[in-house]
Amino acid sequence: MDTTTQDAGGKPGIKRSLTDRIFPSLSGTALAAIFIATLLFGFLILPVAKVIYVAFLDPNSGALTLQNFGDFFSSSLFRESFFNSFYVSAMSVVLASVFALPLAYITSRFEFSGAMLIQSLGFIPLIMPPFVGAIAMQLLFGRNGSINLLLAQYGINIPFMEGLNGVILVQSVHYFPFILINLSTSLRNIDRSMEESAQNLGAHGLRLFRRVVFPLAAPGYLAGASLVFIKVFDDLGTPLLLNVNNMLAPQAYLRISSIGISDPMGYVISFILVAFSVFSLWASFLLMRGKDYATTQKGGGGLSRRKLSTRENIGAYGIVIAILLLVLSPHIALGLLAFGTIWSYSPLPDGYTLENFNTMFGQSGQYIKNTLIYAGAAAFLDIVLATAIAYIVLRTKIVGRKWLDYMATAALAVPGVVLGIGYLRTFNDFEVPFVGKPLASWWVIIVVALMIRRLPYALRACTAALQQVSQSLEEAAENLGATRSRTIRKVVIPLMSGGILAGFVTSFATAAVELSATIMLVSSDSDAPLAYGIYLFMQTPSGRGAGAALGILAVVIVAAGTMLAQCIIDRERKARTGEH
Amino acid sequence: MRLLRNALLAGVAICAFASTAAMAAEKLVVVTSFPKTLTTPFEKGFEAMYPDIDVEVINKSTSSSVKYIQETASSNTSDIFWASAPDAFEVLKSDSLLIKSGVSNAKIPSDVGGYPINDPDGFYNGFAAAGYGIMHNERYLAAKNLEPAKEWDDLAKAEYFGHVGMSAPSRSGTTHLTVETVLQGDGWEEGWEKWKFIAGNFSNVTERSFGVPDGVNSGQFGLGIVIDFFGLASKASGFPVDFVYPSTTAIVPANVGVIANAPNEEAAKAFISYLLSVEGQELLMLPEIRRLPVNADAYFTAPEGFPNPFDGSIQASVNFDVNTSGDRYNVVNSLFDVMITYRLDDLREAVRAVQMAEEKLGDADNAQAKALIAEARALIAEVPIDEATSLDPDFSGIFKKKRKKATDVVEGRQAEIEQQWDEKVVANYKRATELANEAASLL
Repeated sequence: MDTTTQDAGGKPGIKRSLTDRIFPSLSGTALAAIFIATLLFGFLILPVAKVIYVAFLDPNSGALTLQNFGDFFSSSLFRESFFNSFYVSAMSVVLASVFALPLAYITSRFEFSGAMLIQSLGFIPLIMPPFVGAIAMQLLFGRNGSINLLLAQYGINIPFMEGLNGVILVQSVHYFPFILINLSTSLRNIDRSMEESAQNLGAHGLRLFRRVVFPLAAPGYLAGASLVFIKVFDDLGTPLLLNVNNMLAPQAYLRISSIGISDPMGYVISFILVAFSVFSLWASFLLMRGKDYATTQKGGGGLSRRKLSTRENIGAYGIVIAILLLVLSPHIALGLLAFGTIWSYSPLPDGYTLENFNTMFGQSGQYIKNTLIYAGAAAFLDIVLATAIAYIVLRTKIVGRKWLDYMATAALAVPGVVLGIGYLRTFNDFEVPFVGKPLASWWVIIVVALMIRRLPYALRACTAALQQVSQSLEEAAENLGATRSRTIRKVVIPLMSGGILAGFVTSFATAAVELSATIMLVSSDSDAPLAYGIYLFMQTPSGRGAGAALGILAVVIVAAGTMLAQCIIDRERKARTGEH
Repeated sequence: MRLLRNALLAGVAICAFASTAAMAAEKLVVVTSFPKTLTTPFEKGFEAMYPDIDVEVINKSTSSSVKYIQETASSNTSDIFWASAPDAFEVLKSDSLLIKSGVSNAKIPSDVGGYPINDPDGFYNGFAAAGYGIMHNERYLAAKNLEPAKEWDDLAKAEYFGHVGMSAPSRSGTTHLTVETVLQGDGWEEGWEKWKFIAGNFSNVTERSFGVPDGVNSGQFGLGIVIDFFGLASKASGFPVDFVYPSTTAIVPANVGVIANAPNEEAAKAFISYLLSVEGQELLMLPEIRRLPVNADAYFTAPEGFPNPFDGSIQASVNFDVNTSGDRYNVVNSLFDVMITYRLDDLREAVRAVQMAEEKLGDADNAQAKALIAEARALIAEVPIDEATSLDPDFSGIFKKKRKKATDVVEGRQAEIEQQWDEKVVANYKRATELANEAASLL
């Protein structure tokens, strides 16, 4: 946590006095802002600009032009793709909310013994290993998947996975934890006294929810919903694996990665994806503007929890288990695939075996180690940067601070392939001292790519957490003589810890199964992460089971890592509250 | 202070020593799209022959490999590019990223099934061949009461509606060759008509070429147009699938080439010689690799029933013209995507309407309905450009976008032309559906 503080609070101590002499007018936070801006510029804006620049070139003459954008809007295919992407994103937010709201409500409103179950299983859908996740969904829900094969005897076929339906279903299952995690954190941070005052003033039931609880929880919900929206809008893997082409991200990918074709439209679409994501983010800021959601007191435990009667308890369990079964179905199918022998056109695999794990363990040792290092380092750097950015944006008056947020969030919209190509293009001639390799083929570049790609997740979580911390608490601390850095360390960060943890979890879990940027950057087998191992397995028919086994292992590792992080934070929090 | 400095110096010395030590052991870096099951036997065999060379395999998809080699060219660390699709090699060759290896083997004929094995300019060598065919899932077909399709024409039959899968030629170089083979064999108009009526039966156009065997294996669709080793390896892994070569098929070579400025050029040449030798070629017949050797001598030890393209046990369509294929490479890919991949729903609807009308017509003698159906078929089959245009260098130049000089100017833009095609294609499919429905209502 100390490192976090230093970055967040600028450069305390010695560094401060040194920098004060050189840049007397710059505060620690300003220096931190400059440092982060440089980092984002160097590892995000510059490499992406080097690639997307093509969008502004006339392919015939090489001159600068806006003609390509004209072509984009006059193409009916692209307009249709744009509409489809928008529709799928909006519907995914709706469906993801349907999954997340009951779970968040039940755990925060009632004394519910299954809360632990939700907390520990709720984020697992985020860890969808590449390739195998989509295959698992097809085997379960596809046109000839288990469910439709069972229904076939009654002559029913439900098109869960046909066209856009499939994308919406898979995306909302995959990304709903963004809403669940952020919303639960907000609900937990609501002060009970707010609710009690409202009740004393006569508000009950729906009115209480609508006028008090919902507005107070809104930052968390919006943070989650905007993440889901932007992520689905820009996501490439799911539509591609379901063979849906008429959406923007797959159109960009297909045009950029086709062999030998250098169609500028791919880059035009990438540019539009980035611009639209920044626009959505700005829109969600507008929604939140002028509303002060911070509360001064941090009541323990959030809303008051009501005891459930036995019947209500059974009902709650029923709802929770039904939702969890649905959102965990890809992982259930993945498990069947990993432990199954042959699974082809039948509701369940023909037989069960441990052979797949045997094959997988024989070949995957270094992938697992690399993944832990890469995803762990990337997620840690992410929360450090995210806390700093959130603090700078919300608590300082530095000019252009919002742009830090926009820049970091724009990473969401950058297709992994584009970032990967940009890194190769930018850093291949940059020799790392003492390593004797170009930066582009040094393993650290993979960590940087993961860090940049997952920073938006951590940032949304940290921003929402800080929005709920009232500034008057910091003012009070400073009035009592605490320096700014001490205030951040002792007041702000402890109050944000739930959000920081949520950020770490989402960044780590999703970084562990990232493939699109890493596959461009892996320059030797010994540096490769786990997702790359799955890719290798999935190139041969006999590797399907072993790939699924590696996918299961990824899920287990990430789940274990997350729980460990949760335990550490919980213990720290308890130790701290014990101190004071 | 001195202690600190000495420690630093020692550290630098160790780093320098470690890096020179790493240089001392010869390293051969191979960028490939082949799976481990293929690369490992060759890696082991080669290392056994040259114990002081350490082979390092970097596995990427074909298109990622091409981008990787292009982007790292300024300080290249890779020696060999080893992949299937000849077009990927053509891209690297035209960027001057390959060098002539000068390696050859007298036992390797000049062509396989009408397709030249080696690059005529000598920048890359073919080392294995593979043939296209039809793979099917036995359980799936049994459940739907279908017979396996044996010929390309069978796939266009109404009974296979919604049961077929294929990859797009813009995504997979080998799929491109299959498409081009039919276009050259049947002629431009007839060839496209065949593809469109087969595509009308598609369940999916998959994004990766491996998506097709995967879809057949898991039973997402019943039949797939795949390259032989995918089908046969799936069968060997125990899936309830089988594979047949149609009576004429496309046979395509898989290739290997030396990357320009290779750090270890000599070892790279030795590796290619090893690949082409009888010893290396025999490894191709291992069940988990299962590709066709190009060295005719390797077939002496072939297992019983192993297909041999040199003795006619699989037939390739005659006289594949590489220049024609190369000239319109991107035009064909783009046409396929505009007419089929991106408008699959519209195409399927139109083809289904025609199929239903034809079924209803049966043997009945209704001239009006017949005329309507024929008109609908013609609308579906219509190609926005004729063959001469597809081969016109000025026209195909629009899709290449490789300006050799800054003064080269090409008229028109790909996006503009694709939009014109798209408009026409969508209108045609819609009208064809209406005509076919009208015909059905007459019966």
